[in-house]
Amino acid sequence: MKEVKRFLVFAVILGVSLIGSFVLAQPSAYAQVFINGAGATFPYPVYSKWFDEYHKAHPEIQINYQSIGSGGGIRQVSELTVDFGATDGPMTDEQLEKAKTKLLHFPTVLGAVVPTYNIPGLTGELRFTGEILSGIFLGEIKRWDDSRIAKANPGIKLPSENIVVIHRSDGSGTTYVWTDYLAKVSRTWEGKVGRGTSVNWPVGLGGKGNEGVSALIKQTPYSIGYVELIYAEQTKLPFGSVQNRDGAFVKATLKSTSAAAASAAKNMPSDFRVSITNPPREDAYPIASFTWLLIPEAVADPKKGKALVDFLNWMLKDGQKYAAELLYAPLPKEVITMEEKAIQRIKY
Amino acid sequence: MATSPITSGFSGDETDNLPRTAESPVELKPRAGTSVADRFFRALTLAFALFIIVLTLFIAFELYKNSLLSIEKFGWRFLRGTTWDPVFQNFGALPFLYGTLVTSLIALMIASPVGLGVAIFLSELAPRWLSDPIAFMVELLAAIPSVLYGLIGVFVLVPVMRNLGATYGVGMLTAGILLAVMIIPFITSISREVLMAVPQAQREAALSLGATQWEMVWMAVLPYARSGIAGSIFLALARALGETMAVTMVIGNRPEIKFSLFEPGYTMAAVIANEFTEATYDLYIHALVEVGLFLFAVTIIVNALARLLILKMANVAEVRE
Repeated sequence: MKEVKRFLVFAVILGVSLIGSFVLAQPSAYAQVFINGAGATFPYPVYSKWFDEYHKAHPEIQINYQSIGSGGGIRQVSELTVDFGATDGPMTDEQLEKAKTKLLHFPTVLGAVVPTYNIPGLTGELRFTGEILSGIFLGEIKRWDDSRIAKANPGIKLPSENIVVIHRSDGSGTTYVWTDYLAKVSRTWEGKVGRGTSVNWPVGLGGKGNEGVSALIKQTPYSIGYVELIYAEQTKLPFGSVQNRDGAFVKATLKSTSAAAASAAKNMPSDFRVSITNPPREDAYPIASFTWLLIPEAVADPKKGKALVDFLNWMLKDGQKYAAELLYAPLPKEVITMEEKAIQRIKY
Repeated sequence: MATSPITSGFSGDETDNLPRTAESPVELKPRAGTSVADRFFRALTLAFALFIIVLTLFIAFELYKNSLLSIEKFGWRFLRGTTWDPVFQNFGALPFLYGTLVTSLIALMIASPVGLGVAIFLSELAPRWLSDPIAFMVELLAAIPSVLYGLIGVFVLVPVMRNLGATYGVGMLTAGILLAVMIIPFITSISREVLMAVPQAQREAALSLGATQWEMVWMAVLPYARSGIAGSIFLALARALGETMAVTMVIGNRPEIKFSLFEPGYTMAAVIANEFTEATYDLYIHALVEVGLFLFAVTIIVNALARLLILKMANVAEVRE
């Protein structure tokens, strides 16, 4: 009988611990509004700052955000398993049609992507044109002393070495912006490679994440790659200026990134699904993009709907100042005004 | 080693290939199980064992269900195709299959002799004051997160490989070497335990017949521990096939089939991890899950082949004896 007892005790302990772990996992519920979101990784630092600050100002509202990637964000909000989504690339028409409910895009901040390189012994900063960047990433420009690079960089002694191209191996909004720009400046690129979060790269090595790309670039002499402006600034990577549509060589800064968005404001479609790479404005940096929140037009739960609308309004007014602190380019005034109008379309 | 001390004589390994309940000269049976505890215990362990089977089948089924779109659209072309183009929705997984098999093979070729060598030294040759700390360190190696191995690979191994003549430093050989370092602890740790479990009588018998230390290890200890050692290698192989993070950091992530081991490549596990989060349309996701399905299949096939090989070798060895 002793064994029986021992087994019973064992079984009881097992059962209690199982049940206990389930009970503990349940969030305690009181008069609070919990909002769940998921999506893009690129704006995660500023989003978590926003949700944190907003919770401090409005303790009854708690917004939980999972940075699982734009693809996951689009899928989850389309299935309505989260209250809102977030994405670095606008949803396609096909994706919008498939979604269980009508979804609205709201630009939140801007990001820029910069060409970074490792050329030992190089003095001065390189200047790139659309022709040079697309040529290098297509594998047509193979050497650093190519006449096209030399022409854009008078006075800089370019090494007679092969170019090693480094790109992102993981699907990312950064790649989307980069390839979107290349597709706009090069017909060949558009037809052969196209734009996307992952593409079939004609040449080069893949690094995982911004950190993977920058590690490979640091490790590989005579390499070139692309990273987010924030990442390049934080890790002090050298990066070049890029020629914009008006012919000016512009270095990426928060200001030149916001300028790219302002130029898009004139022709902004009402659903904000717009690409702002290669914009027509003299002070605009050409490789930049909005990042978006995806909000259902009709929110079933009125409490959640009101909280989302209040948050969006706060984000456009007070939230923007946190963006610059974290090196995200804030939205230009024109776009904020348009969004404030669009928020009124949310019904709850 | 499940062989009971009673059934194992000098050539105890013979019983290894027989079912565990094989008729032995003397067989001890447990007292007929009337006790509730006994029955409960039997049902509980049976349930756990069945759970493994159900889980495996469930995973296989889920992988299949979630790759249907891709299976229908590409059929066997998926396995022969060498283009992976998410923009133009054209998916072929051969370069990933190639990269996975090549890197795992390199890793096994390096790790098996080294790992087993360490295990033999630790269990047979090294004095206790030396073998215990080394064994502890080996187990520590197994606990290092793979992302750390990847970082060490990027900052230490990649420059070394470039100096050795690899164009980029990253590539399939680099990934294979890194994988080897990662799986050596598995082989060493398990093989050492298995070798230490070989009965002392086995060694004494060999020595009494005039064997040198090497002959004793080779002829009496290793054959006895054969299936356990093989098990450690299978586990290491499975780990190498499925390793993601460290591999993706040093392999170059280029879906191409190149015969030079210095060239960059890509593996199945790596492409899934890299592209899954941002895969935005259904066919893309299904294609990635299908890669997972094939990785599952490859693991099973490679394991079966390895087992067959060991079995063959065992038979040959027995005939020779």
